[in-house]
Amino acid sequence: MAKRAAPEVNAGSMADIAFLLLIFFLVTTTIETDSGLNRKLPPMEDQVDPPIIRQKNIFTVLVSKNDQLLVEEELADIKDLRALAVEFLDNGAGVGDEACDYCQGKRDETSSDNPHTKAIISLKSDRETSYKVYIAVQNELVAAYNELRNREFSRLNPNLGLNYVEAQKKYDDPRTSENDREELKPKLDVVKQMYPQKLSEAESSSKSS
Amino acid sequence: MSKFKKKKGGESPAINTASLPDIVFMLLFFFMVATVMRDSTLLIVNKLPSADQIEKLDKKDRVMYIYAGKPSSRYVDKYGSTARIQLNDKFATVSEVGAFILAERASKRQELQNVLTTALKVDSETKMGLIQDIKQELRKVSALKINYTTRVGDYTQNIN
Repeated sequence: MAKRAAPEVNAGSMADIAFLLLIFFLVTTTIETDSGLNRKLPPMEDQVDPPIIRQKNIFTVLVSKNDQLLVEEELADIKDLRALAVEFLDNGAGVGDEACDYCQGKRDETSSDNPHTKAIISLKSDRETSYKVYIAVQNELVAAYNELRNREFSRLNPNLGLNYVEAQKKYDDPRTSENDREELKPKLDVVKQMYPQKLSEAESSSKSS
Repeated sequence: MSKFKKKKGGESPAINTASLPDIVFMLLFFFMVATVMRDSTLLIVNKLPSADQIEKLDKKDRVMYIYAGKPSSRYVDKYGSTARIQLNDKFATVSEVGAFILAERASKRQELQNVLTTALKVDSETKMGLIQDIKQELRKVSALKINYTTRVGDYTQNIN
């Protein structure tokens, strides 16, 4: 008996099948957003005796119900917020124990003493404030901290070739090896200690109106 | 003279489509890999605000999601158009947030229970009042790590 060659399978419809699957996945795909601004809420227990903070160490930001911005009781534009916050945090007017040797600000007596221990940003919003403006303000305040942290991180680790944000991203990346991470952690912590994010959010004004 | 027979004019040769399945498969694999199946259907409008100082969210099993926003157009008749909270697959009131967080926390593995983050996926047109209420509820059950989920983009996109 002669050997019969196996008949060739017709692959012409393969493309159709693949297209069908492709279209299914195209339709069901939602590229999920999984990034955002991380924040920490204050714990519920009331502090027995709240620490006394001097007015000059508080940077008040208020977003009104008409989405207007009041920085230190003065009307301001959101474009200037980052620069104002940097100026406040980096002021470093403190002397003696409270001196800030890495601050590069103006050392204005009427502004904050030390970003490490004293300077606090207080953010207030109204119940009628819209969320998108609130997020924009939060974003700019975080940007101010990041700007300062970047500066200090690059100054302390000039040969790393990374700034703070990039280093933090690398630290969070699960692909980074354990060794690299251990190396990065103290460097990041030092900078975090220099400019800790002290961002207090007061409870809303005009609770019932 | 048959050597120099003229070519049959007009007819162009058929395009070879043998590599078409390969191309389509390539696209298919891309979408298969990039797809994340949503685990709850959205009942609300959810256009997130933009920000650029963002950090990546933790792994999916360490995150609890709270959605908020106006009910989407098909539900407006039934639920009205004021902003609401959505937990899992249904609308909820502010007072249910605490119970939801506790239930979610209990459903996670023991070692993850202290590192959970609450992701707030809130529509950009929502008023802060609702968010402040949610945050107050979260504080009551001490779920203090939160994340305002945003799109990547410049903050100026938020201001009209």
